Amino acid sequence: MAGLSGGWSAGRSPGRAVVVRAVAGVLALLVVLAADAGAAKKKERPDAITEAVGILQSAKTAGQGSRENQRALVALTGSGERAMLPILTGFQKATPEGLNWLRNAFEQIAESLRASRKPLPADALRAFVMETGNSADARRLAWDTLVSEDARLAEQVIPGMLNDPSPEFRRDAVELLLKQAAQVEGAAATDLYRRAMGGAVHEDQVKTIAEALRKAGETVDISRHFGFVTSWKIVGPFDNREEKGFAVAYAPETEIAQERPNVEAEYDGMNGKVRWQTVETTDDFGVVDIAKQIENFKGSVMYAVAEWSSPAQQTLQVRLGTPNAWKLWVNGALVFEREEYHRSTQLDQYSVPVQLKPGVNVLAFKICQNEQTQDWAQKYQFQLRVCDSTGVGVLPGPVVVRNGVSRKTALNKGGAE
Amino acid sequence: MIRPVAKFVILAVVCSVLSAVSLRAGDWKQFRGNEANSVASGESLPTELSGSTIAWKAALPGRGVSGPVIVDGRVFVSASSGYTQNRLHVVSIDAENGMQLWQRQFYAAGRTQTHEKMANATPTMASDGQRVFAFFSSNDLFCLDLKGRLLWYRGLGREFPNASNSLGMSSSPIVVGGILVVQVESDAEAFACGVDVITGETRWQIQRPRAANWTSPALIPGRAGRAAQVLLQSSKGLTAVDPESGKILWDFDKGASTIPSATVAAGTVYVPSNGLTALKPGVDAVEQLWNSGSISPATSSPVVAGNLALVLNSSGVLNAASLETGERVWQLRLRGPFSGTPVFAGGHLYLVNEAGVAFVVKPEADQGTIVSELDLGETILCSPGVSGGGLFVRSDGHLIKLATPK
Repeated sequence: MAGLSGGWSAGRSPGRAVVVRAVAGVLALLVVLAADAGAAKKKERPDAITEAVGILQSAKTAGQGSRENQRALVALTGSGERAMLPILTGFQKATPEGLNWLRNAFEQIAESLRASRKPLPADALRAFVMETGNSADARRLAWDTLVSEDARLAEQVIPGMLNDPSPEFRRDAVELLLKQAAQVEGAAATDLYRRAMGGAVHEDQVKTIAEALRKAGETVDISRHFGFVTSWKIVGPFDNREEKGFAVAYAPETEIAQERPNVEAEYDGMNGKVRWQTVETTDDFGVVDIAKQIENFKGSVMYAVAEWSSPAQQTLQVRLGTPNAWKLWVNGALVFEREEYHRSTQLDQYSVPVQLKPGVNVLAFKICQNEQTQDWAQKYQFQLRVCDSTGVGVLPGPVVVRNGVSRKTALNKGGAE
Repeated sequence: MIRPVAKFVILAVVCSVLSAVSLRAGDWKQFRGNEANSVASGESLPTELSGSTIAWKAALPGRGVSGPVIVDGRVFVSASSGYTQNRLHVVSIDAENGMQLWQRQFYAAGRTQTHEKMANATPTMASDGQRVFAFFSSNDLFCLDLKGRLLWYRGLGREFPNASNSLGMSSSPIVVGGILVVQVESDAEAFACGVDVITGETRWQIQRPRAANWTSPALIPGRAGRAAQVLLQSSKGLTAVDPESGKILWDFDKGASTIPSATVAAGTVYVPSNGLTALKPGVDAVEQLWNSGSISPATSSPVVAGNLALVLNSSGVLNAASLETGERVWQLRLRGPFSGTPVFAGGHLYLVNEAGVAFVVKPEADQGTIVSELDLGETILCSPGVSGGGLFVRSDGHLIKLATPK
């Protein structure tokens, strides 16, 4: 033992060399095994994180699986900083329930880091924020966490967010431009307002910008900006006394549901024969005011249809506002209905995701007025727009052309292609 | 034989438990208090309000009409923020010093639109002492432990997309045993359900009258061998259900208000119905004791103080009615309007109007007297919470504690 401890080298004697090589081999093997074990351990940790993120990402409705979710939450928060990016990445395919579980995990970890005065993975979070393909909610969460530590980041990052997929980032960028515009005059201010309008998706900001631009003599098409549908064919009134008409499928509704609305047809209405009429709106916010533009038929149902040409198959949103009961069909499929009267109205009161096909799509709307007599219950109107998930207005695409000939309208004579 | 050190440890544990029990006895665990009757039993609050009785003000991350709840020395309050009110906050604040303990934020999955006076954070939170439940106008329902860890979540706005009101929803859930009773009623869809406080799963669900309704469940506490009853109010009237099963026990069908909620005192129900109506509930039936058309609650719910039913009308006048007959005994003109329901503590009524003026009123048999008032300088729409000698109210910007200066 003294020899070993006194130093050894291969070559002192053949027998000793064998022993030394054997020992060295064993040591090398141990090192390899240890390295493997370390690697396996390292491998295992991210897998545990991935697994926990996967559980929370797919959190179910109706409170199902809450115990399993709780365990996954504990696993993630116990993993600390290493779990932060996987959690954020997990937002991309998360259910609405999953978003809230993942957020809670992230916040707990951030809180724990702050409490122990450990730094956030700031560079990684910032890189995550700047990647616009990431989930808007996750990017904003990462951003809020970063800014809570360093508010100066906003000056560097927000100006570049004017056309961001996240409405919140856009709002911040627009707000910044509005502040700048308020400090200058003339063409410089107009230019800033114009730029701000390019990113604005919220009503209050659009109104502020439009007012400033119009005051400067500029033309502003708010309706086009938001993507309102402004030209409709409308027919009615049909009977909705005692609010019974909501559930009744009158002849136009049957045609709509069969994807065959015929705007040249005549029907028996509540006050006699009725025919479709063209109603255009020039309102900034696309309001079709039936009470003013046609008549406030008390206890009535009206149907409205419009074509919307899509250059490709796409998922968009129909956002609408009305104080009246309503049903909405897209290409004959009922996508939502709501029987509520006179509980106020506003822009984007309802958001309905819709699948649009390439070519001409038919948007059909049933709107119902009841017989309330209060002065606040006399509105008979709707506004409807098409936009993306950010709220950016989407206009109909070019007319679909087949064999060099424009396609016939879907609303004529039964809507046959 | 117990060694001295062991004796000390046992004593310390016993003291600690007793202390905890004492603290827990002062909890204010849901809208209008533990028994949803706006009475803070055993509490003593300052009667001479002044600037010095503002113990602290803590900043809040968003707007809200929801009131504070207090559990184990911690105040919990909800808030909502963002352009579309889609950011939902739950905040925990140390009741003693106003320091924020934690804040959690969530995403709304339901409709977030409300009247501008309301907010997504309009329903008051609830607690069973171990967990807190945050419910929002968007029908998003969260259960967290007292440290802010999510235990379960229900997106009721997503599960029932038509159960919303474009003016906003305001019903505050209440906990009865192991069940959280949630009332979700609108013109387009209406239901009430009992949610398991441990798992978040629905234990029962019943259809409710399809009509807009902003009232909150009231409670007949289970006592002397009689099971608790939960009272669900609507424009149709008042329905008692078994909180464990959702079984309907009795029904009062003479109509009721859709804004102020019923309250219960000494086994009698005082429901805002055709003015104010007193009901004597049985196990499976109910008897009307009296109706008073001249006592009409506006937004605030009635409060029982001693032998009086106290009701704020739409003119900001406090009406006192005899509990025996319903006859008006006296009136006291205050400066309204009021949105929150007052609380009764230490023989005094505490009211805060929408402008943020707090009043202390001494309600006596033949008259009511304003003892003091204090302008808090902020719009206050919530119903206050009371715990540990403190009165807690929230504005859009702050949580405020009023207490006797130390």
